[in-house]
Amino acid sequence: MIFFWAFVVGGLICVIGQIMFDVFKLTPAHTLSTFVVIGALLDGFGLYEPFIDFAGAGATVPITSFGNSLVHGAMAEAEKHGLVGVVTGMFQVTSAGISAAIIFGMIGALLFKPKG
Amino acid sequence: MSNNQKKKMTPIQQEYQDFENERETKRPIIGNCVKAFFVGGCICLVGQGIQMFYIYFFNFTDQTAGNPTVATLIFISMLLTGFGFYDRIAQFGGAGSAVPVTGFGNAVISAAIEHRTEGYVLGVGGNMFKLAGSVILFGVFAAFVIATIKTILIQWGGL
Repeated sequence: MIFFWAFVVGGLICVIGQIMFDVFKLTPAHTLSTFVVIGALLDGFGLYEPFIDFAGAGATVPITSFGNSLVHGAMAEAEKHGLVGVVTGMFQVTSAGISAAIIFGMIGALLFKPKG
Repeated sequence: MSNNQKKKMTPIQQEYQDFENERETKRPIIGNCVKAFFVGGCICLVGQGIQMFYIYFFNFTDQTAGNPTVATLIFISMLLTGFGFYDRIAQFGGAGSAVPVTGFGNAVISAAIEHRTEGYVLGVGGNMFKLAGSVILFGVFAAFVIATIKTILIQWGGL
């Protein structure tokens, strides 16, 4: 069942993105930035965790989860260390995505040649 | 076409713009949305499969399994980008391929591969986050503002 909801919810988030592309004529960079901010806001109100429980990868795979995990890491550290924790904990949860992007970006640049 | 730009044009240009707007083929919004739904849904389906794998074999929980899943998906998108398949998926899927993290990975990796000819330091290093940088910037700044407000509310507001 979780597979079904992952498919439907993930698909619907992409449809929202497509509507922002086509109807509001936003560039992909604007759309993705908006999505990240929306994800951060949702986690700020505590709505993203139940969303992950409901939709599984449908909630963690779209880029909104990036904003969610930024806030999540910041809040986890902030509980221990107060306001300083907001800065020190920011990348704690999301490090996998960023480091993977950097590492595989470098490996990709070493392995592949640009096409015409 | 914004009104501001329209005012600067000569009447003939304006006439041409109106003519062009009339003839321009409309973007097939509903068709694009259906394609985006299926491509995005399929990527999330693959993600769910990977997530299940991590939950059963590496003892992650529902909440934490998202992290290794994202890393794995970015690895897959590196291979797809390098062999040139991701462009074709993106052409078909539109936002369906851009909104999942694979789109983020594709933006980083394609920029890295494309600027390789300019050298590894100035080309790859300097351009890697050209497209993805805005996502990180706004994500981090929004998270900073939200987490700060929430911390202040919890600590001093007794929320």
